[in-house]
Amino acid sequence: MAVARTSMKGDRRKAMIWSYVFLGMFVVFFLTPPVYMLITSLKSNAEISAAVSPWWIFAPTLENYVELLSSPTYLTFFRNSALVSILVVTITMLVSIPAAFALSRMKFWGSATLATGVFLTYLIPETLLFIPLFKIFVFVHDLTGIELINRWWVLVILYPTLTVPFCTWIMIGYFGSIPKELDEAALIDGAGYLQILTKIFIPVALPGIIAATIFAFTVSWAQFLYPLAFTTSADQLVLPVGIITTLIRGDVFTWGQIMTGALLGAAPPLIIYAFLMDYYIAGLTAGATKG
Amino acid sequence: MARVTLRKLVKNYEETPAVRGIDLDIADKEFVVLVGPSGCGKSTTLRMIAGLEDITGGEVLIGDEVVNDMPPKDRDIAMVFQNYALYPHMTVYENMSFGLRLKKVDKAEIAKRVENAARILDISELLQRKPKQLSGGQRQRVAMGRAIVRDPKVFLFDEPLSNLDAKLRVQMRTEIKKVHQKVRTTTVYVTHDQVEAMTLADRVVVMNGGVIEQVGTPNDLYHFPATRFVAGFIGSPAMNFIPCRLEVAGGGLAARLSPEIAFPVPHAREARYRPYLDSGNLLFGLRPEHIVEQRPHAESDQHAFEVPLEVTEPMGMETLVYFEIGGVEVCGRVNPNAGAQSGHRMKLVADLANMHLIDAASGKVL
Amino acid sequence: MALPLILIIVLLVGYPALFSIHMATLNKSMERFVGFENFTFLFSRETFWMVVRQSVVFAVTAVVFKALIGFCVAHFVHNIPAKGQRKWRGMLLVPWVIPPAMSTLAWLWLFDPSYSAFNWILEGVGIAPVNWLGDPNWARFAVILVNVWFGAPFFMIMYLAALKSVPEQLYEAAAIDGANWWQKLWYVTLPMMRNIIAITVLFSLIVTFANFDIVRVLTAGGPVDQTHVFATWAFKLGIESSDLPLGAAVSLFMFPILAIAAIFILRDINQRGNEA
Repeated sequence: MAVARTSMKGDRRKAMIWSYVFLGMFVVFFLTPPVYMLITSLKSNAEISAAVSPWWIFAPTLENYVELLSSPTYLTFFRNSALVSILVVTITMLVSIPAAFALSRMKFWGSATLATGVFLTYLIPETLLFIPLFKIFVFVHDLTGIELINRWWVLVILYPTLTVPFCTWIMIGYFGSIPKELDEAALIDGAGYLQILTKIFIPVALPGIIAATIFAFTVSWAQFLYPLAFTTSADQLVLPVGIITTLIRGDVFTWGQIMTGALLGAAPPLIIYAFLMDYYIAGLTAGATKG
Repeated sequence: MARVTLRKLVKNYEETPAVRGIDLDIADKEFVVLVGPSGCGKSTTLRMIAGLEDITGGEVLIGDEVVNDMPPKDRDIAMVFQNYALYPHMTVYENMSFGLRLKKVDKAEIAKRVENAARILDISELLQRKPKQLSGGQRQRVAMGRAIVRDPKVFLFDEPLSNLDAKLRVQMRTEIKKVHQKVRTTTVYVTHDQVEAMTLADRVVVMNGGVIEQVGTPNDLYHFPATRFVAGFIGSPAMNFIPCRLEVAGGGLAARLSPEIAFPVPHAREARYRPYLDSGNLLFGLRPEHIVEQRPHAESDQHAFEVPLEVTEPMGMETLVYFEIGGVEVCGRVNPNAGAQSGHRMKLVADLANMHLIDAASGKVL
Repeated sequence: MALPLILIIVLLVGYPALFSIHMATLNKSMERFVGFENFTFLFSRETFWMVVRQSVVFAVTAVVFKALIGFCVAHFVHNIPAKGQRKWRGMLLVPWVIPPAMSTLAWLWLFDPSYSAFNWILEGVGIAPVNWLGDPNWARFAVILVNVWFGAPFFMIMYLAALKSVPEQLYEAAAIDGANWWQKLWYVTLPMMRNIIAITVLFSLIVTFANFDIVRVLTAGGPVDQTHVFATWAFKLGIESSDLPLGAAVSLFMFPILAIAAIFILRDINQRGNEA
């Protein structure tokens, strides 16, 4: 018995040590690109093109940061991205919270079909929709004279197609886990449907709402295809497209600035992730486990 | 405060009937318990009184008003749920005052009422806590507090004690009774636990299969059950039912349970039972507490018999003995010092003054 | 209350999805109905079949490796003491958090033809530099590698959550029944995780098959269209070459795989709904 116990302990120890070794290797693999971004961003152009180790910074400098943050174009991208993301998050929440409340609590005609429809919509990728949407926007322009192509705010109309279905879906899950007695108690206490939503459901499901908000923000911030297809002039671009189309000029790659721009562009989601990791992960896992 | 009246109340879910037309008058200040097995329609009935379920047919009256189409908030009722349904994001104080705040009651008045209710329930120190920080019993009190604060016409309880452990349940039972004696609000209380029903109720309503089997005081139900269902449901361990037939013996009647055992029917009941002499479908009912060990001084209507015991279960204050009569397992309750032993024969007496005779076909107690 | 939701679904998803089918049957200027002409044109082109092959190889290989790596890394994290797990998990999920268009830029720089930081290391150990994005096979490898890098952390998180939900008693019972670690994995872990594995693989198959960002930024389909997948090729034909109907026709080929995956996912969800 004593032998068996020590050997079992030894096995565990061995498994643990190997786990650390492999985890170390994977962390190197996973973190190499962002770390390399940081390294390059701190180098001068001269050092980047010099024949020295790309993995080491010999003369750290903030010149790339200074240059980008004083560049009106880059700041415009940042402002566009921020505006689009904040508006999309707001719209997403205003649409998906009431919808999820209705779908999780009121059994109306077609409500089950609609819930399935929400989920299916979530499965349809944007790569399938951008071409017909492009043509539809051209039609709208021909019919009404409203120009939709090459306007940053059109992204505010488009992004909810990516955020609303998923956010509604996970909010249905969160609302569904609130015991029915809670609304009944509130009904008896004299609350109407709107009060049940605002005074009971939203506060109780706040973690879910935070998770959904984070999701909506990161999706809007990272979206690449729609802005690439729908916006072209520099003052209408958002960050990902802006960096790629304006910093990469023909074959002249100013890598120091590109990496700095990309790193700054990745900063908002990374900061949110660093501070709200648990909500971030809850939102990530909720989609598949709650369904 | 008010009466509650149910008239021909019916509830169907899709096509399945849950409540099949029940009539009930609950007096002002009365404590009525609806009891029955799960699926008997008791909770549905309560929820129809609360307004949480649509009524398929019949009427619910609170006071003198038909409330069928009135939303719950206008019925002036309060309800305590099985899982307490406390709002997890609110403190105890906020939980208890939520209804009053929605009604825009004056702040000072709210504070006064909450403090008063908290005093009655002895939860004054908990007012600033969140439900998560409370024990089961404390949550239960808060749920009751929420009801008391509203000062409603009617209290509705939906299995409020079933989530508590056995010891706490007994304690809270007493607590509920005390509160009712203090506030005297008309109360409808649903439970599946017949002990809870018996101990709490002014009147017990036994339901089964969507209909009322019997309404009566706890003592009435125990001593004079109207049906086999009530006889078997009230009392623990449950009443023994043994197939029997009546025969004439020694100038009187006797219930023959097996070739060896026949119990003489008490003289007072002979006239009542005589019409069933030829009936081949009768059940003899006797509670375990009326089958005891043989004592030196036999009383009238006691009849001794001897059987081999199959199992004995010492309970401390008594010992349960199990044996067989006519192919049916029968339970008796004997003194722990009477020397009951599994596998041994034992002399027992049946207290026939408490016997029941049941028509197996209709389930009616004769 | 669900009305805005319905409007979004119908106007911005349902209608365009159906409209793309109609579009695919029109000529380039969208004035004439041409039936299946766009499709027969595609079938006659070698590039199309290359894109089909590349899309399938790209999606299947990437998903398999993402799932495998995710599964292993989840186990490694699960093996170490609980108090350190948060820190490791936090670092390992970083690739998923960075917008893919941004992180792919870092990869693009790492693969740079003249300044590749990988080649610098290879040269250091005496291996000839690799033409990462210029050689078709290496380019295909590169887009898959970046996709695996980006997606594996997601699998890791899902599998870690699933691992944590397997009751410890099952492993204890299996140990008492004499199971070794391989048998525990085969008879306890895998069956308990079957649902989550299936659903994550299906999800990932859909998004990987429809991937745009990584291929677009890393190779833009090159060299000579060798790394195009449906989404990037549809973009090139539809937006860059302004043949919207042809682009729509290409993107429609994503439908079948989507529909199949969706059917499986829905079936799984319905089953779980019935069990609950």
